[in-house]
Parts: sequence; structure tokens; C-alpha cells
Amino acid sequence: MNTEQAARRDPRWDLFFAPGMLVAALLLALIEAAKSPEPQMQIQAWTFLLAGIGVLVWTVRRYARGIPADDQSPYANDIVKAGVIASMFWGLAGMAVGLIIALQLAFPNLFYFPDLPFTNFGRIRPLHTSAVIFAFGGNVLIATSFYVVQRTCKARLAGGFWPWFVFWGYQMFILVAGTGYLIGVTEGREYAEPEWYADIWLTLVWVVYLLVFLGTIWKRKEPHIYVANWFYLAFIVTIAMLHIVNNLSMPVDLLSTKSYSAFAGVQDALTQWWYGHNAVGFFLTAGFLAIMYYFVPKRAERPIYSYRLSIVHFWTLIFIYIWAGPHHLHYTALPVWAQTLGMTFSIMLWMPSWGGMINGLMTLSGAWDKLRTDPVLRMLVVSVAFYGMSTFEGPVMSIKAVNSLSHYTDWTIGHVHSGALGWVGFVSFGALYCLVPWLWKRQRLYSNSLVEWHFWISTIGIVFYITSMWVSGIMQGLMWRAYNEFGFLEYSFVETVAAMHPYYMIRAFGGLLYLSGTVIMAYNLWRTARGDIRAAEPLALKPQLATA
Amino acid sequence: MFDHGIFERHSLLLVVGILIVVSIGGIVEIAPLFYLESTIEKVQGMRPYTPLELAGRAIYVREGCYTCHSQMIRPLRDEVERYGHYSLAAESMYDHPFQWGSKRTGPDLARVGNKYSDEWHRAHLVDPRSVVPESVMPPYKFLEETDLQFDTIEEALKANRIVGVPYTDDMIASARADLMAQANPESDDVAAFQKRYPKAQVRDFDGNPQRLTEMDAVIAYLQMLGTLVDFSTYKADAPENRR
Repeated sequence: MNTEQAARRDPRWDLFFAPGMLVAALLLALIEAAKSPEPQMQIQAWTFLLAGIGVLVWTVRRYARGIPADDQSPYANDIVKAGVIASMFWGLAGMAVGLIIALQLAFPNLFYFPDLPFTNFGRIRPLHTSAVIFAFGGNVLIATSFYVVQRTCKARLAGGFWPWFVFWGYQMFILVAGTGYLIGVTEGREYAEPEWYADIWLTLVWVVYLLVFLGTIWKRKEPHIYVANWFYLAFIVTIAMLHIVNNLSMPVDLLSTKSYSAFAGVQDALTQWWYGHNAVGFFLTAGFLAIMYYFVPKRAERPIYSYRLSIVHFWTLIFIYIWAGPHHLHYTALPVWAQTLGMTFSIMLWMPSWGGMINGLMTLSGAWDKLRTDPVLRMLVVSVAFYGMSTFEGPVMSIKAVNSLSHYTDWTIGHVHSGALGWVGFVSFGALYCLVPWLWKRQRLYSNSLVEWHFWISTIGIVFYITSMWVSGIMQGLMWRAYNEFGFLEYSFVETVAAMHPYYMIRAFGGLLYLSGTVIMAYNLWRTARGDIRAAEPLALKPQLATA
Repeated sequence: MFDHGIFERHSLLLVVGILIVVSIGGIVEIAPLFYLESTIEKVQGMRPYTPLELAGRAIYVREGCYTCHSQMIRPLRDEVERYGHYSLAAESMYDHPFQWGSKRTGPDLARVGNKYSDEWHRAHLVDPRSVVPESVMPPYKFLEETDLQFDTIEEALKANRIVGVPYTDDMIASARADLMAQANPESDDVAAFQKRYPKAQVRDFDGNPQRLTEMDAVIAYLQMLGTLVDFSTYKADAPENRR
């Protein structure tokens, strides 16, 4: 009866306004689909429309038989479950595309199709980066933030249906952006490729996301906001700022997909890399540090190592990161003063980064033995170690003398992947391995030994990936600047391309291993959600410590 | 001592604090680029892209060429010897967006203009490995099979003018005629076109005079890259150009 009374007291306006906003957007898409003379815009509009109609059908089905139990439970769990499923789906898709483009560079004669323009490297490379960063990473961040903010505030997610608007709105953004790349719709700026209308839609979704997150914090029953939520807030607020400023552009026509950036040349370059580096800093770092600050202590059953270090880590990290963008533009036409500032702050960034790493690792004080028995905790801890490694490598590469060699080479690709596969990937996997049994209320995972397999296959994959890219990157950089005894350049450009071949094969193999690990994980999580327990690993866990 | 708890108890203070802290770096680094006069060198020869080049550039962006090719030669000995004079900020002053790139899976293209023949570009784009056996570049055969769509070329020039490219009313009004004239040396509009865009190259770029294809536009764009600035009048060592 209580719930009925509650329902009578609070009419569910959210059930009208959130789908209403979606319907309004769908009407605009319908106008675009009907009026635009441009085939690309028609495809984009129809994609958005069909996806939106699918979401509306899903909504009606969900509420057709009354308010579902999840809407009245103390914590909203269904939306986190949906986020976990979406993360796995996009993770597999994005990594598979990554493997394909790695194979294209290793075997161009086998993996390019002259009659299928949408399979060309230039179109699916942005699909890979966006799918793994924004689709996989973004869903992990949204799902974990919705989980963590509820638990640490002891409050139900605010906004009723609005969190679902965030979830579905974000999937629709991914779909429109990703299919857009395939048909050649792009702004042509790395990691900010989606066109103007997708950007506007994302801005809308993101503002709702911020309000849902803040609204939950406002309802909290804990006097203090937990450290993980500081990082989530910094991630949400700063990404909003970066996204809006960097995507200012002038559409050719409101019925056209094409737009021209508001900035040109050198200003455009620095704005873009201010955005680009802080997509790393706030999306791939601050957001995932929030995951570290919740899941590592939770899994290790220890408090965070140092409260004071958390404070110092937080403010210094977000202050310094913003300055680091110009290190992507060393020795370019960007004024030298900006390059020097960028380099200086990039080197300073090493300190807060390692402060965070130490805070994460030392949280295991007194619980190090769990690394032997709990492969999930090991995954989380190794992710923090990779974080330390790539945040050491980054400042080194930002030094101009080093950058003159490393820039434009595969070393950059290797560096990105040690952070992406090692840090972002593993900390996400650790969080997902924690979340699935918690959300689906299972005693434990389907199989711990499959987690072991995942861990080792993927770790070996990372090692193949980053070492091959180090070798090829440094080698290519050295070959470009090599002179023979007569004072001429030793190598033509294409000789340096030919020299990359073996390393491109090794890289693709490393990627295959990493993807295989993710497939194992998807299987394990699926069986866990179903409630299965692997026969060879009975529930009553025997002590796993070796006796000899 | 300052009590950090105030941020932990007041979420809006925390949000405001975050916003202030993350704004400083961008304001200090980016804002001056818009008003410091030394940011962009004064050079002779820079002009806005011709309509055909602009269309070619849109295809360059569409195909994601920037994922493998840079357009930014650094002032390092080997790069200057391999690619030519280091790139100036002025050379991308009309680039919306910039295409400096971040990776050289293929070579830099900042000065690829006039280095190879149109026919080499055509053959190379259609099947890169027919010309460069070791290449890992994708094939772009469809460019020469696809008619260039330029219904909105006037709007494209207008949009560029709004964001700061100095297209004149005359240039916008004759955008369509200019686009077709550049790929057709027989056209009556060539003289007027070349007056509007000094030193623009006029020819049938894809070797197929029957059609105006995407290949025409891409090659027109590539053949212009890095050729605009008059380096005979640019003094790299002059004090105003030393940055």
C-alpha cells in the first residue's frame, strides 16, 4: 500500500517529460529525413528515428504492466545492468574493429576492398577509437557512476526515468556517430569526429546526466560526498566544457551533415588538443580513477590508503591536466611559448598521477595476499600498475627532445594502448567482474579460472602490443632521421613503411589475444548473470594457498 | 588550516571549484592565440581555397586521411630535407578544421602539391600498391567513379566566411561556375576564375574530361597543398618571424 500511496503523491511527470524530449528530437529527425537532399543526412536521420522508436517501444513495454519493481527499490539496479550489457557489447565491437584495422595495416592486400569504401582504414579507425573510448568506456563510466553514487550517498538514483533517458540517449549518440563515420560523416578532428547535430544531442544527454548525478548527491544520507564522486563530477563537468567549446562549428546548412569548425589552423589545433588530451585526462583518467577509488577498496575490503593524498591527488590532477594539450603539437607552427607551457605541465603531471597510483596500490596494505586468490582484484591492481607506467611514459614523451623522435610514430600508438588496454580496459573489467554478481545477486562469478585465463591472455596481448609498437615507433623515428656517409637521408619513406611489417603483424596478434580475453569475459559474465556455477569449481571454495 | 570538508558537504561548491580549476589552463594557453599578432606570420600568397579545392578537402576529411597523413612539417633537418620548408601557421589559417594530423603511417602531405603528376595521383589513389608496392594505404577507386556533388558549394563558402575565411560576395556568387571552370581548361569562365584565385591550377585533374568526379576535386586539393606561400619573399630569419 505504501508504494501505491507514494505513487499517488508523486505523479510520474518524468515518464512524460523524458520520452517527450525524445519524441521532440525524433520529430526534428523526421523533418531532416524528409527534407534533406543529402543521402548521408537521410541515413543519419533514419538511423536516429528507428533507434528512437525502438527506445519508445521498449519504454512502453517496460511500463505497460504498471511501475516495475526496480523503480520502487531502494537502489535503481536495472539501469546499471543495462549499462553493463551495453559496455560488454560495445567493448567487443570496438576491439573487433581495432583488430580489423590492425590487420589492414599488416596485410593490406587481404583486408582492403576497393568496392567497399566504408571498410577503408580512414573511416573505421575513428569507429574503433570512438567505440572503445566513448561507447565502451562511456558506458562503463555511466554504469559505474550510477552504481557508485547510489551506494556512497545511500540514496536512490534521482530523476525517475531520466537516467534511462541518459542511457538510451547515449546509445543513440553512439549509433548515429558510429554509422556516420562509415558513410563518411565526420568533423575530421581526432576523438571529436561526430558532426554538429550528434554533438548537440550529446550535449543535451550530458546535461541530463550531470543533473541526475548531482540530484542523487543532493538526496544523500551521508554528510560527506565520497572521493569517487568528486572524480565522477570532475569528469562530467569538464567533459561538458571541453565538448561544447571544441565542437563549436558552422553547419553548411541545417539540412546538411557537413559543418566547418569555428576555429582555423593553429587556434583550431590547440583547441582540439586541449580537448583531445583532456578526453584522456577527464574521460579516460578522472572517470576511471573514480572506479579505482570505489572498487579497489571495496574488493580489497580495506579503506583508501590516504584521505589527504586523495584530496591532493584530486585537485592537482584536474588543475594540471588541462594544461598538457600543447605537447601534442611540439615543433609545429604552434608558438613555442605554448609548447613550453604544455611540456612543463605534462612533466608536473607525473606527480599527481603517481600520487593517485600510490593511493590505489597502497590501499592493498594488509590485503596483498588476496592478489593470489582473487583474480578480479589482481586485474584491478594491475590496471593501476599500468596507469603508473603509462603516466610515466607520457611525461617522458612530452619532453620536446624525446617528442621529436616519438611524434608521428607508432610509439604514440603503443603509449595510448598501454593506457587504454592496461589501465582503462583492466580497471573496467575488474569493475564489471565485481558488478555482475552484485547486480544479478549471485554468490560469485560463474568461473574464477576463466578470469585467470582472461587475465593472462589479455596481459600477454598487451605486452605483445606495446613492445611491438615501441620497437616499430622508435625504429621508424630513427630511420626517418638517419643520414648516410654522404650526408643524404638514408631511407626513403616507403622503406620505413616496409620495415614496419613484422611489427604490425605482432601488434595484430597482441590485439587478437586481448580481444580473445574479452570474449572469455563476456561468456563468463553471461553465465554468471544466468546464475550458473561452473561444475569444476564448486561453490564452497577450498583454500587455494599452495601448501608446498 | 583550511577544511576540505566544505567541498565534501556542498556539492555546488565542489562543482564551482572544479570549473574554476579546470578553466585556468585553457584560458592562459588558448585565449592569447586569438589576439597575439605574432601567432600567425605575415606572408605573401595565401588565399582561400578554390571551390574545387574546398570540395576536395571535404573528401580528404571525409575519408579520414588525417588518421595516417600529417600536414605539418617540423623545423627538423631531416623533415625539411624530406618534405620541404617547415610549415608556417599562416599556411593553415583558412583550414576549418586544421588537418595537421598526429601520425605518419604515410608521409607528410603539407607540401605534396606539384611533386607528382596528376596521373600518378590518380593511379596511386585507385590502387596504391600498383605504384608503391610496399604501401599499406587503402584503395580509393570509387573516387573516379563518383560524380562530385556540389549543390551546396555556395553555402559551403558562406559557412566558411562566417567562421572567418575572406570569401568575397563575388567568389560566393560564382562558386559553382568557378568549381566547374577549374576542372575544365576549355571553359569560358577560366579567366575570371583565375582572377579571383591567383595562381590556381586549371586542368582536368582525373584525366576524364567527360565527368567531374570526386577524383578531380581530391587531386586539385592535393596539387595545391603547400604551394601557396611565396617563399622567395618570406624571410624565415626576420625578427618578426622568429618565434
